[in-house]
Amino acid sequence: MENTWLLPLIVGSSLVPGVLIFFLREEQTVWRTSLNLFGALLKVFLVGVVLVGYFRGEIYAFRYELGVGLELYLRVDALALLFATLSSILWLVTTLYAIGYLEGTPYRRRFFGFFSLCVTASTGIALAGNVVTFFIFYEFLTLATYPLVVHKGTEQALQAGRTYLCYTIGGGTVLFVGVVWLHVLVGAVDFGDTGRLASLVEDQGGQIFLLFWVLILGLGVKAALFPLHGWLPVAMVAPAPVSALLHAVAVVKAGVFGIFRVVYDVFGVQMAEDLGVLLPLAVLAAITIIYGSLRALAQDDLKRRLAYSTVSQLSYITLGVASSSMLASVGALVHMVNQGVMKITLFFCAGIIIEVLGLLKVSQMAGIGRRLPLTMTAFTIGALGMIGLPPIAGFISKWYLGLGGLEAGHAWIIVILLTSSALNAAYFLPILHTVWFETPEEKWVTKRRSRYFEAPWTLLFPALVTALIAVVLGLFAAGPYSILELSKAIAGGWYSR
Amino acid sequence: MEEPGQLLLALCLLVPFSGALLALFVPVGWKNEVGLVISLLLLGIIFGLTAGVMGGGTVHLQLGGWEPPLGIGLRADGLAMVFLLFGALVGVPVGIYAAWWYSRKDEGKRATELFWPLWLFLWGAMNGLFLSVDLFNWYVLLEVLGLAAVGLAVLSGQTKALIAGLRYLLAALVGSMAYLMGVALLYASYGVLDAGLLGEAMRGGGTDQVAFALMMVGLLIKTALLPFHFWLPGAHSAATPPVSAILSALVVKASFYLILRLWVDVFGETVTYAAGQMIGWLGAVAIVWGSYQALRQDRLKRMVAHSTVSQIGYLFLLFPLLTAPGAEAWSAQAWTGGVFQVLAHGLAKAALFLAVGIIVLAMGNDRKDSLLNMVGRMPMTTFALALAGVSLIGLPPSGGFIAKWMFLEASLASGQWWWAPMMVGGSLLTAGYIFMVLRIAFAPAPKKKKLRRVPPALELTALGLAVMALLIGVWAEEVLPLLDVGMTGEFEPIIGKGGGGH
Repeated sequence: MENTWLLPLIVGSSLVPGVLIFFLREEQTVWRTSLNLFGALLKVFLVGVVLVGYFRGEIYAFRYELGVGLELYLRVDALALLFATLSSILWLVTTLYAIGYLEGTPYRRRFFGFFSLCVTASTGIALAGNVVTFFIFYEFLTLATYPLVVHKGTEQALQAGRTYLCYTIGGGTVLFVGVVWLHVLVGAVDFGDTGRLASLVEDQGGQIFLLFWVLILGLGVKAALFPLHGWLPVAMVAPAPVSALLHAVAVVKAGVFGIFRVVYDVFGVQMAEDLGVLLPLAVLAAITIIYGSLRALAQDDLKRRLAYSTVSQLSYITLGVASSSMLASVGALVHMVNQGVMKITLFFCAGIIIEVLGLLKVSQMAGIGRRLPLTMTAFTIGALGMIGLPPIAGFISKWYLGLGGLEAGHAWIIVILLTSSALNAAYFLPILHTVWFETPEEKWVTKRRSRYFEAPWTLLFPALVTALIAVVLGLFAAGPYSILELSKAIAGGWYSR
Repeated sequence: MEEPGQLLLALCLLVPFSGALLALFVPVGWKNEVGLVISLLLLGIIFGLTAGVMGGGTVHLQLGGWEPPLGIGLRADGLAMVFLLFGALVGVPVGIYAAWWYSRKDEGKRATELFWPLWLFLWGAMNGLFLSVDLFNWYVLLEVLGLAAVGLAVLSGQTKALIAGLRYLLAALVGSMAYLMGVALLYASYGVLDAGLLGEAMRGGGTDQVAFALMMVGLLIKTALLPFHFWLPGAHSAATPPVSAILSALVVKASFYLILRLWVDVFGETVTYAAGQMIGWLGAVAIVWGSYQALRQDRLKRMVAHSTVSQIGYLFLLFPLLTAPGAEAWSAQAWTGGVFQVLAHGLAKAALFLAVGIIVLAMGNDRKDSLLNMVGRMPMTTFALALAGVSLIGLPPSGGFIAKWMFLEASLASGQWWWAPMMVGGSLLTAGYIFMVLRIAFAPAPKKKKLRRVPPALELTALGLAVMALLIGVWAEEVLPLLDVGMTGEFEPIIGKGGGGH
């Protein structure tokens, strides 16, 4: 029995609250918060139901005919589940964080409305079963995010919004051409059905080669591949919850997720290898990894440093995709989750530092570990994880990426990983040193007080939860039903095709 | 009248024309009521007729019972119904908006008196045009439509509007003349005016080509395809907002409809690949030029008017796609693209003009900086503006997206890849002017200037139109079968008989 209604319901669980929020009045805070949390909880619950059902062998799919050969198709496979689970859980914690972060600020109706739409888009991307559906939600995401990026309305925010749109609309347009082109070549095919394209390679190899790069060019903008990454460091002017979501699950992951789909489910790993497109992609990713880390070194603004770190870390995933080895694919999948969890922790903490102490620059943060011990503990976990220290989650991803590089015979990947880890350490460890071991020069001004904790619990709690998840993901990586197991199953599927 | 379908068909003309007369003679206080009742009645009639056509196929009606070539026939097939429906879906919200607009104190007395009679007259002529199948009838209705449109355009009585209106009038008259000469040539050679009979009788000689060229030029002037667009930005931006919406969304589409009909039903033998390419290139240049001009405007209304020039350009990409060898393979895509471009642009453009009108009401002018912090102060109208913009750019899941997707797919499938950069470039430029405006709307306003209050109902009409532009993308599957009624077999043989260049 195919279940057709659960998937639209998952998408609807944030779409409906999002739309309803626009109809509320600005001052109806209780209603708004309830709607938001209700939607977030419902989504986590429903994704859980689907997760259990999927492993019991149930099939979830939803089709809606849009017009001549265009079909909205939602369905669940293991990769979709991985991403949907990640985004629904992180959305829940981010919602809580955002409620606390924006307390008392104007235009919250707009913010939370678009916030929900943004997550709707990422869920749609996760569940998309064909390129058309993927593209629709991918573009929807661009639009839903724009109001969040410019939310503050300052000149800097507006400028960032403009840069963001120039890149993403440009990338979206290239992707549009690619998607239509693909449609002309093979008609409406679902993800995973690589056969029809493969049958064309013999005659139209050149065209298909070009098509691959057009698609990657379109997706590369959101995946922040060098030199298309320019929007990401600029967009960090958005409020911290937005940056957190942007860097962890929403926009950048949409790009990376798209690369997964294109390489494995549209082209198939075999064809991609035959076309000889994977190695250049891997090299591009490697360049981005090193470039992002180098740029991060030079940033004093904490959020900017984190943003460049995202540029670098995202390309680990792309590198894994392009290494043409199953183990590297496992590493890429695991890192998609791990990077999300760790990066969201770091941004949550950066947001707490801004909200509570009003500090933006690393050089001002001497000794704040005393003032914000829990926050900085969470931050430290995130940072160490990013460097790749066991037992935190980041280690697992790097391990598999490295193994995969060896398996594919690309020893240079190990060199890249080691260099990058050294660079990660070089930009994260000084922060840890500053906050824990340096003595503060002047007294801090407390902008927001909290009665019981060092920071409002709505801000602190999400950061601690995600830090804990990062540790758990690392510690129990080898257990049953773990992300690692799931990733192995997914990658196994790709390579046995 | 034997069938209910035929009765409804006749009412599509009878109701607006008699409504126009009624609206002319009732006292001022009753005009809005009469106008709105007639509009809603017409909407209902058109819905009824649509259901009839969907269920029972094409509806024919011979006025006075004479068969062509002697009598005058009306025909409601799928394409006609799509356009009729489109007219009503735009017309009703715009009418509601106009009813409020013209009942304000500061609007001139004459404008208040004449809006409804002129608009209903225009509506009737437009319906007649969609339902006729006779070249001379088309001429008459085109003339009536043009005059009513000019009348509406100068309603505000401002000098700017009068000057633009005069230009509009001249363009409309020259256009009709060229069209009429073409009709005369054809009548002299074949002695029939019925589109179907004429299409069968066509031999494809030199006379046909001259007639074709004349009629095309005439209609292109009226549709404002570049380089004949010179009259449009002035006329459309100087009119009052509801009128601008009618002109931009509906009136130019009526002459486009005729081009479509002539191209497919009458000149199937005469049209060539080269003609298709030429008209396609005019469209492509219009897309880029129009949106580039829109980007440069500092007045919102002028920006929206230039955007119409660009969006009309997209419509003409249909013709090279229909005249390429092997067109059957992708003609479904091309048709869908064309029809969706008409619908999506019409709805979005009407929404945009109404939204700009609301901003003018609230702020007193349409300079771009009057939009400052509109997101905070008038979220509903800004949202309408943004949604309409999304459809114009062609982002999913709007109707504009379906249109652009279909066009792009058809051009790639037919190997005419050169339309792709023009379409994509146009989309990017469109995104440029839309987001430039939205960016301003997000910026904080320097000082608290008091907004004049605008009733929410007015904002709702603009939003409603924008939402429709978005939702037709989702309803594609419901709209498309309608298009097939009475169309199969008519546009298939379009190439192969005449193709292959001059």
